[in-house]
Amino acid sequence: MKRLLATTAVLIALAIPAMAQDYTPDPNAQAGGSITITYKDDVATLDPAIGYDWQNWSMIKSLFDGLMDYVPGTTTLRPGLAESYEIAEDGLTYTFHLRTGVKFHNGREMTADDVKYSLDRVTDPATQSPGAGFFGSIAGFEAAGSGGLSGVEVVDAATVKITLSRPDATFLHVMALNFASIVPKEAVDEAGADFGKKPVGTGAFKLAEWTLGQRLVFEKNADYWRAGVPYLDSVVFEVGQEPVVALLRLQNGEVDVPGDGIPPAKFQEVMADPAQAARVVQGGQLHTGYVTMNVNTPPFDKVEVRKAVNMAINKDRIVQIINGRAVPATQPLPPSMPGYTEGYAGYPFDVEGAKQLMADAGLADGVDTELYVMNTDPNPRIAQAIQQDLAAIGIRAEIKSLAQANVIEAGGAGTAPMIWSGGMAWIADFPDPSNFYGPILGCAGAGEGGWNWSKFCDEGLDKMAVDADSLSDPAKSADRLNLWSDTYMGVMEQAPWAPVFNEERYTMKSERMGGEDALYVDPVSIPVNYDYVWVKQ
Amino acid sequence: MGRYLLSRFLQSILILLGISFVTFVLLYVLPADPVRQIAGRSATAETVENIRRQLGLDQPFIVQYGRYLAGLAQGDLGRSYLQKSEVTELILSRLPASLQLMAAGIFAELVLGLGMGIAAAVLRGRMADQLLMMTSFVTVSAPQFVVSLLMLYIFAVRLGWFPIGGYGTAAHLVLPALTLGILGSGWYSRMMRSSMIDVLRADYIRTARAKGLGRSRVILRHALPNAILPVIAMIGIDIGIFMGGIVVVESVFGWPGIGQLAWQAIQRVDIPIIMGVTLISACAIVLGNLLADLIAPMIDPRIRLK
Repeated sequence: MKRLLATTAVLIALAIPAMAQDYTPDPNAQAGGSITITYKDDVATLDPAIGYDWQNWSMIKSLFDGLMDYVPGTTTLRPGLAESYEIAEDGLTYTFHLRTGVKFHNGREMTADDVKYSLDRVTDPATQSPGAGFFGSIAGFEAAGSGGLSGVEVVDAATVKITLSRPDATFLHVMALNFASIVPKEAVDEAGADFGKKPVGTGAFKLAEWTLGQRLVFEKNADYWRAGVPYLDSVVFEVGQEPVVALLRLQNGEVDVPGDGIPPAKFQEVMADPAQAARVVQGGQLHTGYVTMNVNTPPFDKVEVRKAVNMAINKDRIVQIINGRAVPATQPLPPSMPGYTEGYAGYPFDVEGAKQLMADAGLADGVDTELYVMNTDPNPRIAQAIQQDLAAIGIRAEIKSLAQANVIEAGGAGTAPMIWSGGMAWIADFPDPSNFYGPILGCAGAGEGGWNWSKFCDEGLDKMAVDADSLSDPAKSADRLNLWSDTYMGVMEQAPWAPVFNEERYTMKSERMGGEDALYVDPVSIPVNYDYVWVKQ
Repeated sequence: MGRYLLSRFLQSILILLGISFVTFVLLYVLPADPVRQIAGRSATAETVENIRRQLGLDQPFIVQYGRYLAGLAQGDLGRSYLQKSEVTELILSRLPASLQLMAAGIFAELVLGLGMGIAAAVLRGRMADQLLMMTSFVTVSAPQFVVSLLMLYIFAVRLGWFPIGGYGTAAHLVLPALTLGILGSGWYSRMMRSSMIDVLRADYIRTARAKGLGRSRVILRHALPNAILPVIAMIGIDIGIFMGGIVVVESVFGWPGIGQLAWQAIQRVDIPIIMGVTLISACAIVLGNLLADLIAPMIDPRIRLK
């Protein structure tokens, strides 16, 4: 500490109230036992630099740790492999103090060199990490390659200093992403391209068995640095299981959590049976389903038309179509996301008002357009409901029902006037409002191939976003969230989207599973947080 | 015979080359961009281009296909885009399960199909015949997914006689094999019935009956060996249809074979796996046809190989 104070002019020493912020262990938790999770698809990879689907995301979380982490079941950051950290006043230098005595699964102690190696590796183009872009604010990112990141510096065996090229208030969230997990160089070198099949981390579990196409077994890491967890001795993942079959097996007591969730066709049947419904945990998701309107294509170049669409769509009816598995949305951010504007009711469902707006736009006689949609149920049915709603105000939308990849392609190319986002909607990578703006509403994503399918680009709002993310001082986090809230209200003013609903998450579990409900709808670990759940013996 | 085999072998190579080309073209013109699938939605444009370059997907079609063939010549099917493993390894690890299911499935198909066909031929024109032919019609047209789920629900969930999907023991094998057997038995029973009816009309059968041989002896020893010939030849052709059925049945029963692998890869545009499984399946079909042609003259000396 003293040495650091000498080298860095001013430091904001963050006293991290470890206990207040952290997780209170479950007093009823029992150690031991094993659970079975099923999945339809094979596990792609367990390399934290590569893995980027919701199936391997939570698995990687249990095998590896990053410098930062989240309090289980919440979106609150807590220190992980870093015991504490300091942020310089200019917001450009982060100093992480590592925990000592943390061991990798291969028995070697983790040091600051491993942190540097891991961040160099994930940003090296040769690694082909889909998450490399998240680290764009680290100094030297552009030149990343065999030489490594100049902004990541090993101060001593237990201290790492990271210098940013621009203030980035989301940086601590980035350090909690799987992509920022700490890996041991020797294990990566030994496994080569197969590291994703032979993962070695510091996590609560280690990989004990992987039979391709059949099952994976995670075994408790007895040396885990967090005291008391994990509770389970092992977690068995059975792959290649159809969701309907997984549900039958759960009912038969063979499965503890069907990883792909309750199949939509079975949802009402399960919820109608009190015994089964009692074992379903419901929670929010960092998800919004929306209709994009291409602001460069008539008639959506007129803001009146975009507002009219917002007012014409009957969201309650669409929620009914998906058996009530969602809540109507008022704004781009989902309600469980920090920065969500409480009390904002969104555009009202008002057909007459919408017709008036159409008339104001000079389109009282109606207009023809196209609505793109992914071709798997329930999305075409939702598109039909939207089509009917729009017809009521004179917008005659032809439905283009295509495979997912084709819709994404049309959205990126800007050839789709309207897209219903179902099946491709944005789910946040980390619980921060910033993650819902840049790629899908900001100018950065509006280019060819980007995910901003409205091609909406407002420089004033982009500047507000940059300003918000420059407020990296945690003391100003309330100001920052307010700025974000204003940004999204600005988006709603121009209405490039019609937000429709926020999907809810339903996790079904076996009777013997214990632990508080929040662990089963953990915003970061889907379907459950393996480190903290337990089974009744 | 040696020359015949050689020419058939060369033919097979040409067929496989053709299939690899057509599949490669189809996957190439697919509007889905595999690089976007790999890179995920948060990837920056630089990341996407970087991945495209490293996988060689920025190269012209003919270069990509040439590279694939060069790898193929060395037995290298490439690396899976999403699973990041050698395709050969992925397929080899799943092949035993598929072969096991295929053998059991074809066995079930034959026992059910031939049995039904013989019975229908012998009972020709009666109620039982019509019932059997109706059954065969239903099984041939039944949707594979529904039959699989129904079998699973009745025999595993309701009656509890077999495990609910999975792999490992003989008990796990029964339901998927039986499902495949039921689904495929219709073709065989119809073939067997008409072939048997033809044979039963033949003079030598009448002679055998006239000699005073028993009915069952005539059917089993005299009629069956002759009637079964065209049906045997069908097995080779059937392997193609069978491969299609295996994709669905493996998926429902959680059977870790290559059909399931193909199904997952198709959904995720994992092109190297799709290519690999297509080629392996094509090999199986070509081999199946070859075997059927080779076996035919052994059973029926009238057939000569040229």
